[in-house]
Amino acid sequence: MPVDLERQRAVCAALRAFMPARNVLFEREDVTPYECDGLSAYRQPPMVVALPENESQVCEILETCHAMRVPVVARGAGTGLSGGALPLGNGVLLSLAKLKNILAIDAPARTARVQPGVRNLAISEAAAPHGLYYAPDPSSQIACSIGGNVAENSGGVHCLKYGLTVHNILKLRVATIEGEIVELGGGGLDAAGYDLMALLTGSEGLLGVVTEITVKLLPRPECAQVVLAAFDDVGAAGEAVANVIAAGIIPAGMEMMDQPATLAVEPFVNAGYPTDAAGILLCESDGTREEVADEIARIEKIMQDSGAHLVRVSRDEAERLKFWAGRKAAFPAVGRLSPDYYCMDGTIPRRRLAEVLRGIAAMEKNYGLRCANVFHAGDGNLHPLILYDANDPGQLQRAELFGAEILKLCIDVGGTITGEHGVGVEKIDSMCVQFGAAELEALHALKRAFDEHELLNPGKAVPTLHRCAEFGRMHVHSGAEKFPELPRF
Amino acid sequence: MQTNLADFIRDTPQGREAEAILRKCVHCGFCTATCPTYQLLGDELDGPRGRIYLMKQVLEGEAATEKTRLHLDRCLTCRACETTCPSGVQYGRLLDIGRAVVAKQVPRAGLDKLRRDTLASVLPRPALFNPLLGLGRIARNLLPKVLDDVVPETPSRARPWPLGGHARRMLLLDGCVQPALSPATNAAAARVLDRLGISLVRAPGAGCCGAVAFHLDAQDKALDAMRHNIDIWWPHVEQGAEALLFTASGCGVMISDYGHLLAHDPAYAERAKRIAALACDLGMIIEKEKSQLKQILISNPPRGKFVFHPPCSLQHGLKLKGRVETLLGELGFELAPVADSHLCCGSAGTYSILQPEISVQLQRNKIAALTASAPAQILTANIGCQTHLQSATRLPVRHWIEAVDDLLSEVH
Repeated sequence: MPVDLERQRAVCAALRAFMPARNVLFEREDVTPYECDGLSAYRQPPMVVALPENESQVCEILETCHAMRVPVVARGAGTGLSGGALPLGNGVLLSLAKLKNILAIDAPARTARVQPGVRNLAISEAAAPHGLYYAPDPSSQIACSIGGNVAENSGGVHCLKYGLTVHNILKLRVATIEGEIVELGGGGLDAAGYDLMALLTGSEGLLGVVTEITVKLLPRPECAQVVLAAFDDVGAAGEAVANVIAAGIIPAGMEMMDQPATLAVEPFVNAGYPTDAAGILLCESDGTREEVADEIARIEKIMQDSGAHLVRVSRDEAERLKFWAGRKAAFPAVGRLSPDYYCMDGTIPRRRLAEVLRGIAAMEKNYGLRCANVFHAGDGNLHPLILYDANDPGQLQRAELFGAEILKLCIDVGGTITGEHGVGVEKIDSMCVQFGAAELEALHALKRAFDEHELLNPGKAVPTLHRCAEFGRMHVHSGAEKFPELPRF
Repeated sequence: MQTNLADFIRDTPQGREAEAILRKCVHCGFCTATCPTYQLLGDELDGPRGRIYLMKQVLEGEAATEKTRLHLDRCLTCRACETTCPSGVQYGRLLDIGRAVVAKQVPRAGLDKLRRDTLASVLPRPALFNPLLGLGRIARNLLPKVLDDVVPETPSRARPWPLGGHARRMLLLDGCVQPALSPATNAAAARVLDRLGISLVRAPGAGCCGAVAFHLDAQDKALDAMRHNIDIWWPHVEQGAEALLFTASGCGVMISDYGHLLAHDPAYAERAKRIAALACDLGMIIEKEKSQLKQILISNPPRGKFVFHPPCSLQHGLKLKGRVETLLGELGFELAPVADSHLCCGSAGTYSILQPEISVQLQRNKIAALTASAPAQILTANIGCQTHLQSATRLPVRHWIEAVDDLLSEVH
């Protein structure tokens, strides 16, 4: 779609009325690097990129766009994996990256007040001198921004025990599409009225733009250790996960990686992963020394009883961090195996893991593409990474079909299409598989209550009924069920 | 990442290398987290991922403008992004290729060109640089503030160079500006190694490693400097010099690249590879001999609090993160932890002169981090960082080997 130059000029002029020219980008050369986020398979240069430096500029941008009926896509660090920050060719890309100040740390109250562009890890670093940290730790925590975490309700390896973003924030300042600031949540754990803060969390930029977040901080555990267990069979690893949970243990994190994934990260991290194993489990315990010693011993025994051929416990903090570093670098490290990857985010009941992994292995053969599996084992959140080469015509399309079939399998075994990465554009068609017309209509009504003209990140997260009808028709051709009678749970 | 390089470069060695690098990038954005300019400016175009995109556009045939050149100029080449990148993207190499293409498409003019040409001509030539530095020091009280900060203070004096004569010999890269700016450094290296039974040999006639010209759009000039050095060093290599030792990691990272940069020159490729393999940071030599050094230092251990500033060329370029710190710790130095030690101090070769605004902000942040624990001295391992940091603090900023030499000088 060619850029409407007249409209572009008008929008830029309106924005420059209150922003320096250097923070309003519109030339092709400048806006193209903003054409995608962490999911580079989908690209669209925005009409304009706006780089506000403070909250009042954010409000003015929204007010301007609302008045001119220009759609707005908010973007944090651009690390998202579902295309949530994919720009619109007729829209403004609103980057929050310049709002990167930690405004206050209240150590006695164990809270921090931060701007949306602050990196997730930077909060924990700033809180460290007080013996505190921010618990949710997405794999991209070194780079991803807290505002993006709120928009996607991000998880991370420690969310099994400590919850998702929504469980670790207290208060939001949100700019509406009209450019007004509303405060949601409060200093306490509960507030009167609807829990609109929870509604905004994970709304993928469709309801408002977060301009300030008050996060909860937790005391650093006195001690933490990780058990690394290697298995000859991924099914046995899946059983081990179920056995740990069945024993009443809630690990601080429980992650699985299969062999292709360990082979990719080991050269970068040198974490000491046994790369000959079919799959490895990382299982962390944290707490007081006594608690950890007791729990680690129990976890070790369960791993051995479940058939692990190698069980190691991190000897010190450095080794514990190494074990996790490998897991956290797994996605991009796949760049060493293949020029491109397509990451899925389905969630399944833990006991169906072995079956799903076998299904994925069969699909690898059908589609002629390799797949590395990284898995938040404790909460059943799968991250199959489909390896492809975008320079080879047809491979991306095969990867997309492969991915859609994985998500279909997730739903078939009683799961869901997204665990933590959000729907974005990537899984929007799979939403038609998961939800029916009445449910989707309710979601649209909710959006309109916040954003009457549908200007905030339109076309993401919730598909139109029309789109689902088209998608259903496509599926008839490929032999699957037809919308709206698609099975859902 | 999908690539479609333009005809003008696709089938050249640079084009093939650039394509291989681009295809490794998966656009995850981890690099932005440790990029000093992205952290300051918050614009995708001023971070590694955005710069990769800008270069990709040019390599795919879009015409570059001054803006792309500006965003590439703002890169410090600190290569922190490479340390962070899980996909193994060799950003530094891509930047060398991208900058050369952009410089051709958008030639510099006026003051910018004059400044770069002057720096590229003066800095690598001690015969020009030293008298100018002397004049600058005499005139410093008369200079405007901005220049006053650039002209370094008179350095501490060098202790006498040892007599040598050991069977073990290593060749020393003298460097171009270091002997004038910090004469004590190489003398201290020679004195410490002398105590360990190693003679440092200088090769008269060898010049700048090539880094100054290489990063000022004069890559051909830099390659000539490299060839010249190889010619001068080669007889020493044939006579059995164990290593080519450098005390400035900025130069070291360039020499370690000789083999790669001259790979397509049949007359020099083999020797360049050998020279690169012989290049060795002083710290790695001392690391091997540390038990002997520890013995000597038992009677005169270090006292007081120090901090270490790891140069980017040392930690990200040469990939020796943490090694010198560990070594100093083993030698008994009490090193206080420093926040954000992975970030550049803003010196970055000629960057402090060409991009003063960003450079000063980074310098300010770095000094704040280094002095937070109230140390007595700041130690580092590269002349560029040393003079840059020294211009912003009253605390002594020195090469770490000088602190070791202080202790040895008191033990007879």
